[in-house]
Amino acid sequence: MSTRLKTGGRRIDRSRPVTFTFNGQQLRGYAGDTLASALLANDRMMMGRSFKYHRPRGVVASGTEEPNALFGIGQGGRFEPNQRATMQELHDGLEAQSQNHWPSLEFDVGEINAHLSRFLPAGFYYKTFLWPRAFWKHVYEPFIRQSAGLGKAPKDRDADTYEHYYHFCDVLVIGGGLAGLAAARAAASGGARVTLLEQEPVLGGRAPVDEGTEGAALVETLAAEIGAMENVTIRTRCMGAGVYDHGYVLGYERLTDHLAHKSGPRHRLWRIRAGQVITATGAIERPLSFAGNDVPGVMLASALRDYLVGFGVSAGDRTVVVTNNDDAYRTALALAGAGLTVPAIVDARHGGAGALGAEAEAAGIRVLKGHGIARVKGRKRVTGVVLCKQVGEGAPVEEIACDAVAMSGGWSPVVHLWSHCGGKLTWDDAQAMFRPDPDRAPTGADGRAFVSCAGAAFGVFDAADVLSQATRAGLTAARAFGKAGEVAAPDAPAAPETNPIEPVWLMPASAGRALRAKAWLDYQNDVKVTDVQLAAQEGFESVEHAKRYTTLGMATDQGKLSNINGLAILSGALDTPIPQVGTTTFRPPYTPVSMGAIAGEARAETFQPLRRSPLHDWHAANGADWEPVGQWRRPYTYLRPGEDRQAAVTREITQTRGALGLLDASTLGKIIVKGPDAGRFMDMMYTNMMSTLKPGRCRYGLMCSENGFLMDDGVVARWDEDTFMCHTTTGGADRIHAHMEEWLQTEWWDWKVWTVNATEQYAQIGVVGPQARAVLQKLGARNIANEDFPFMSFQDHRLAGIEARVYRISFSGELSYEIAVPAGQGLALWKALHEAGAEWNVMPYGTEALHVMRAEKGFIMIGDETDGTVIPQDLNLHWAISKKKDDFIGKRAQQRADMTRPDRWKLIGLETSDGSVLPEGAYALAEGKNANGQRNVQGRVTSTYHSPTLGRGIAMGLVLNGPDRMGETVAFNKVDGSTVPAKIVDPVFYDKEGTKNV
Amino acid sequence: MSDPVSALHGLTVEGSVRVEDLAPRGMITLRGDLSDATVSDALARAAGLAVPDRRGIAVEGEKRLAWMSPDEALLILPRARLAATLAGLTETLASSHALAADMSDARALLRLTGEDAALREVLARLAPVDMATFATGEIRRTRLAQVACAFWMPAPGTVEVICFRSVARYAFDLLAQAAASPRIS
Repeated sequence: MSTRLKTGGRRIDRSRPVTFTFNGQQLRGYAGDTLASALLANDRMMMGRSFKYHRPRGVVASGTEEPNALFGIGQGGRFEPNQRATMQELHDGLEAQSQNHWPSLEFDVGEINAHLSRFLPAGFYYKTFLWPRAFWKHVYEPFIRQSAGLGKAPKDRDADTYEHYYHFCDVLVIGGGLAGLAAARAAASGGARVTLLEQEPVLGGRAPVDEGTEGAALVETLAAEIGAMENVTIRTRCMGAGVYDHGYVLGYERLTDHLAHKSGPRHRLWRIRAGQVITATGAIERPLSFAGNDVPGVMLASALRDYLVGFGVSAGDRTVVVTNNDDAYRTALALAGAGLTVPAIVDARHGGAGALGAEAEAAGIRVLKGHGIARVKGRKRVTGVVLCKQVGEGAPVEEIACDAVAMSGGWSPVVHLWSHCGGKLTWDDAQAMFRPDPDRAPTGADGRAFVSCAGAAFGVFDAADVLSQATRAGLTAARAFGKAGEVAAPDAPAAPETNPIEPVWLMPASAGRALRAKAWLDYQNDVKVTDVQLAAQEGFESVEHAKRYTTLGMATDQGKLSNINGLAILSGALDTPIPQVGTTTFRPPYTPVSMGAIAGEARAETFQPLRRSPLHDWHAANGADWEPVGQWRRPYTYLRPGEDRQAAVTREITQTRGALGLLDASTLGKIIVKGPDAGRFMDMMYTNMMSTLKPGRCRYGLMCSENGFLMDDGVVARWDEDTFMCHTTTGGADRIHAHMEEWLQTEWWDWKVWTVNATEQYAQIGVVGPQARAVLQKLGARNIANEDFPFMSFQDHRLAGIEARVYRISFSGELSYEIAVPAGQGLALWKALHEAGAEWNVMPYGTEALHVMRAEKGFIMIGDETDGTVIPQDLNLHWAISKKKDDFIGKRAQQRADMTRPDRWKLIGLETSDGSVLPEGAYALAEGKNANGQRNVQGRVTSTYHSPTLGRGIAMGLVLNGPDRMGETVAFNKVDGSTVPAKIVDPVFYDKEGTKNV
Repeated sequence: MSDPVSALHGLTVEGSVRVEDLAPRGMITLRGDLSDATVSDALARAAGLAVPDRRGIAVEGEKRLAWMSPDEALLILPRARLAATLAGLTETLASSHALAADMSDARALLRLTGEDAALREVLARLAPVDMATFATGEIRRTRLAQVACAFWMPAPGTVEVICFRSVARYAFDLLAQAAASPRIS
């Protein structure tokens, strides 16, 4: 059984017991424990069930690479699935639930899948569920969803907050083990700004475990030294998640996951710009592929050592060590030193180990050289191992009873962060591992390397080598800033002489199918040696294809334990050397990052910026039923008690057409264009001739893209000889300003024109209706009779004591003024207009009334009548396209064959015979079907409303030869499959003669 | 003329630093070639401040003269002096190619006050700026989370932030949130 030993455990504090629950049962651990170590201390070796076959699984590792021990942590708004027990620090009240089992962890129905494993081979889903087609949605998928999958998605809104933090440094060191500490110390020695990130709560990495008290003391000295340096920032519990172009690095800091009482942000995403990055990310031990290597109790040799030294926890009383390298002997020695039994070290190498081998034998540990494990006995827990010769097919030579197996297949440098931004790898035959190739490093904009590696991440393992290599890496990185200091590598504990690793990708080497089908490569996704071999047989030669076909390395652990073993098997099956097979792509993040951390502050009130007009609060207090327009909120209508939207819109239109309505038009874009070349510039920007506009006058204009398509419209006012005010649509303000600046800065840089986007400087209020003039006069405007202040002109007036620029323009067909005042005066004017207009029952109207009134007048709306494929000619706006000008943006494009073909759909009005409202986006049907068997069409509805003024549905649409077909009836389709007839009419439905706007 | 109002009516919140919406000030945007002596002399005279270099801002009392780009400057001044200054500037530059616009109401001006390190942390949560090296006399046109802004430190312990008026509430909420977060160092 696994248990807590009486002594030991450098990371735990035995004076501080901690209570937590596992599947509702209360258990105890100590402060400093991880959830994994605490569960082991409580003899909970089995921690979950596998993804596909629901096999019992125990913890296999002690760090970020853990594939099996995944839990749902927390409750309600703080529940999070798929959390690794090895990284979850224990705290009082921690609630952990095991995953992927039904009805219970101990007894699971899905385990039947395991007995069907012969029938669930690689690519099973692709092969099996293709037919019959309809079964996928209704039978197969629901079944797979029930049986596969890991954690459950949280149901409640996240109770925590998150934040981002922008950070800059010269040298960023990722990893706080011996290498990282030495690299940071060297990098900082000349004054460079250095930041060090460590994903664990403590610094030191493997040194305190593998180098003993000497290693621990060295870590302490180095940490104290750099901790005292002003120019060094150290963050623990902060993982280097990804390395990107231009020295951009994401750090993922977990602030409260280890606390019982949580306050402040839960995670902080560090958005770092580093001049140089040093990855000192260590290495990950590889499992060995033998039958039953997934039985709970089979663990990485280093993990067993970590639990023993770090947490005073033994995984079992009798541990068999199986290895192909010297390092695992440390585990045997540590276990024996703690008084536990190591019945045997099974070393696949004929030569056995170097100095550590002699030490083990001196300690009385039996070493079997040239041997391997044929298979592991036990189901929910290891009960023994059957040994065999490493060569051959696995004929049993001996059986040993044990309750834990420590395996080591060698070490793989953590090359992920090196690789994220393009660092290449080289195969190191002597050490049987991929390591970073320093000649092919990730390069920056200057073509020079900006990432280097230190220590085990670089394939350097002996402490003395690590310290000297990391020190060099630190000094070199700082030299890039001219801040190289002078510092000697710290002294290292003496390293034992070792024998080389011998690669072992399958144990025994010629294992038969029965054994291979129980030798697991990817624990989390249940991929076995036979699956990868099958993929190779079926022609999946590329490692990327084999990965996707078998799902090797595609789980939440992204194959940290399985990738190298898997591709070695693939290499064997293809008879291609490992370096030629290559690795799959390493993509950020290194391990999963919470969605909350990515979102940062972007949630709730600050999810998105909400743009508010100067009158926003008034609208909110007066029944505004909001509509998003870009990032603005505009009132769709103003609801009064008991009213629905339709009734409110009708009321607003009737009131405005009958007497007086007010519109908040502040969101419309307002761009000032000024300069001696302003007229010439305006002529290019607009299809109309703008240079002839007289100061004091206004003109409606169209703007097209280079491809001739209509992109914006609005009224231009000529403020003076040199200055134009360009009104744009609400959504167009920033876009059109950028469009203008782009042309001025890239094409016409020598034209004397300046622009200012003054959209937010002004509150702009539409005063609309037959009483508009009267209310202005009441507020102090003088001499504004039709002749004195004609349509399409502007004047400055003092209204209610406020200096205002009044534009007489109309988007409703009514007598109408738009009044611009400084934004800070907007509310005062708005209130004054309400007061003065009270005798005419003045009321505000929203965007829907605006839309209906413009449609009644046949005015187009950008985004309704246009969709990026419509040119002004389609909308019968020829009158707004100057024929006198040599050029304007879009002119050439409008001469292309497709733009001038006679059968383009053109704007017309539509009236249903029954007065109903045509559906939005309905198509005008034509005879026959197209090549895809779809009904032919000859037009579509672009705007459709109920007109309260006319008491019927009105619409605009684009129809083939529309203007030539007045009076013709065309059928439009409806969502329910039926059609509705509508008559083609003039799009101006209301006041064709313009008698209202006088 | 009614009294001008700021977007947030002087809203204030206390956290690791104090965040407040300032009373309206005059703001004049000048588009013009700042390397042209006629333009920069006129600007300097109108402001009573030397035209700052690239990414710089000059500060005196309530006056600020900020470099916004090689062809844009922002002059902030007491509201009472806005009209006269704008008129003067426009007249001086009448024969030059320049555009002076009253943008006093287009922006919100927020002020953060508090301990220097705390101020830097608050901004580093929202703006991609190296706050460790940011100095008085500098202006950064950058962003606060998802909106454009500019900020500077008129004096140690104070940061002023401008953003567009329509997003004043969003910017204020961001700063208030960042100021509510525990200190990092």
